[in-house]
This record gives sequence, C-alpha cells and structure tokens, in this order.
Amino acid sequence: MSCDSLRLTVRQLQCERDERVLFRDLAFQASAGEIWQITGANGAGKTTLLRILVGLHGFYEGEVRWHSPLAPDLLYLGHQPGVREELTARENLRFSAALNNQPGDVDAALDAVDLYGFEDVPAAHLSAGQKRRVALARLWLAPKKVWILDEPYTAIDQNGVARLDQRIRDAAGNGTLVLYTSHHRVGDDVRRLHLGAEAPA
Amino acid sequence: MNGPWWATLRRELTLIWRSPADMVQPLFFFMVVVSLFPLGLSPKPELLALVAPGVVWVAALLAVMLSLDGLFRRDQESGALDQMLTAPVVSVLPVSAKLLAHWLLTGLPLALLAPLLGYMMQLPVPALATLTYSVLLGTPTLTVIGAIGAALTVGLNRGGILLALLILPLYVPVLVFGAGVVRAAVDGSPTQGLLAVLGALLALALSLGPLAVAMGLRISAGD
Repeated sequence: MSCDSLRLTVRQLQCERDERVLFRDLAFQASAGEIWQITGANGAGKTTLLRILVGLHGFYEGEVRWHSPLAPDLLYLGHQPGVREELTARENLRFSAALNNQPGDVDAALDAVDLYGFEDVPAAHLSAGQKRRVALARLWLAPKKVWILDEPYTAIDQNGVARLDQRIRDAAGNGTLVLYTSHHRVGDDVRRLHLGAEAPA
Repeated sequence: MNGPWWATLRRELTLIWRSPADMVQPLFFFMVVVSLFPLGLSPKPELLALVAPGVVWVAALLAVMLSLDGLFRRDQESGALDQMLTAPVVSVLPVSAKLLAHWLLTGLPLALLAPLLGYMMQLPVPALATLTYSVLLGTPTLTVIGAIGAALTVGLNRGGILLALLILPLYVPVLVFGAGVVRAAVDGSPTQGLLAVLGALLALALSLGPLAVAMGLRISAGD
C-alpha cells in the first residue's frame, strides 16, 4: 500500500511565543495507521504544534518533515470549526468538500454525524456542538492520508464521542495517520505526546 | 463546475446575498457622499461639472475601501480561512474567486451607478460613458490592491485605520488616472491613452495581486 511510506518526522522542534518557550527539543516520529493524542495543559502549545504541522505557523526552529511520495494529503480541522453562519450545513460541507477535493455523499456524511433534518438550516441556528459536527462530517467523506484534528471532541455529546472514536479507529485501520489534541483517549493503542510546561526563557 | 474555484465563487456570492447590508452599504455611501457635494458647494452647474470627476472618483474609491475591511475578517474568525490555506489547492484559486465575487457585488454596481451620479453632477453627457469605463477599469484594481491590505491586517483587532494607511498611497495612481480620464473627456481631449494606463494598472494588479493576497493571508495566519 502506498500510504505505508507516509511518515512524519519531527526533530528538535522549538517554538517561542511572546517571549515564552512553548516547547523545546520536541521529537517524535509518526507513521501511517497510527493514532497520536497530543496532551498538555492549557497554553502548552497544542494548537500551535498542529498549526506548525499543517504549515500554517512558520515561526519555529527545528525540523518538520513529511516523508511521502507527494505533498501530504491532509485534512485539518482547526480550533474554530470553519463554519460560516450564513450558510446552511449542507452548503458549508459542500464547499469544504469541493475545496479539499473530497468527493463523497454530503447528505450521508451529515446523516452520519446526526445532522439528519438539519441540512438546510443556516448554521447560525445550530448549536455549538452541531456546528462542530458540520466540520466533523468531513471525516465521513472521501478518505485522506493524514487527519489533524484540533480538539475534535469539544461540545460533542456522548453518543457523538463514541461514533467519532469508532471513525478514528476505522480510519487508522485503513492507514490514515491521525493526530489530535484532546484529553479524551480514543483507545488503548493510542500513542501519547505530552507537551510539558517549560521553564521560562 | 464543482472545482474549488467555482465552489468558492458560488459560496462567496451566496454569502453576500445572505447579508445584503455588506453590499448595499458601500453603494449607499457612494450615493450619499456624491449627492452631498451640490448641497455643500453650490448648485452652480459650471462649478459642479468642474469638480465632478474628482468627487465621483474619490467617493468610489472610499466606497471600495469601506467594503474591504470585512473581506477576510469573518472567514478568519470562523476558521474558514485556515481551511482555505490548508486545502490541497494553491491558495490563489479560492483567493481569486473571492476577489471576483467582491468586485461583482461592489465594483460593478459602483460602475453602473457612476453615470447617474455624474449626470447629477452636471457632467456633459458624452463624458458619462468615459466615466463608466474608467470606474469599470479602475475598481477591480482597487479591489485587488485593497485585498492585499485586508489580508495583511486580518489578524489585527482594529485593522481599519492601518488598512487605510497601507492602501491609500497605492490607490493614488488609480485615482489620478481615473479622474484624469474623465476630465479629459469633459475637455474633449482624447481619452484612449489614459484608459489604456488604467488598463495597464489593472493588468498588473490582476497578475501579481492574487499572489500577494495569498501570501499576505499566510503571513497573517502564521501569527
């Protein structure tokens, strides 16, 4: 399988923010099919680490390398769900599917995240959890090789958590590398990366 | 028809359609500012015709600037901007679709309104066509240049003033040639040369602008 060759190597990664060292000498190697949980206290730099990995944050020292035949085919769900309130759930999802070149049945994906019947409701009328679900529905569209999820469990109810756990394990089983930040543990075989508090610079 | 570019264009048009205030506000501003001049100056036709090219152009320029602050802000706040920057397409694609949608719903209506306001300002009828052409050619340049500033200031809380400081100097050539070509038409001098300069500015803005906007968004996102 071609995705077996996908690897992410992080070496001596250091990031400073507002004169404060977020993390230093961070090193890990992740490969296809693994699930990585990134933990740490609030403000430890979890979101910044994920933004560095997807290439949104460029102010760091050290090395981040994706070993893959092509540019990594990644799916990033940020801290904000990326859902515009003026658009309906379906319009939001259809746009991100087109933008990310992710074909798939949009309505079935919304159904999978329990938004059946809310497809045509403007996102302004959805709850915080439902907005998060609109963003999460992308996980049910065409597969990607890397999932980078920033606090995907925020505002999700118990039923949704179980379903998301299952989805993440299935994706990893199919060779997707999943990195997520949360205090929730998806399963026993999850690798953990803890961002500890650093002494002030 | 379902590629990233078309999808972004359709999304942007839908978004502006759903909150029409964003589109109406610059047009209303344009109309109000221009129609206040006869009241404030004097209703003498000769005087109005003299200042009309400058007044209409300055008002159009400020109207475009007024509409720019929100161009990327809501996408940034909702996280949709990060989605556009991490998507597996070059960011120039969604950015250029956004710019086109913005121009279609601000620059184009401004150009359609311009002859009406020019007529009100006592511009001679033959010059009205030139006014329309100049605004048609000039507003896309204003949109693109302004979007560069909007991209660089999107992360800032009170970016409005900084945005104006950044882009107003870059707007000067468009204003000079835009108002200049209308004045030439009023005087009966040839206008093709000046219109061609506006066209050249537009070509420059279109070729390099979207790239600069995409880079600016990346810089803002990285902070």
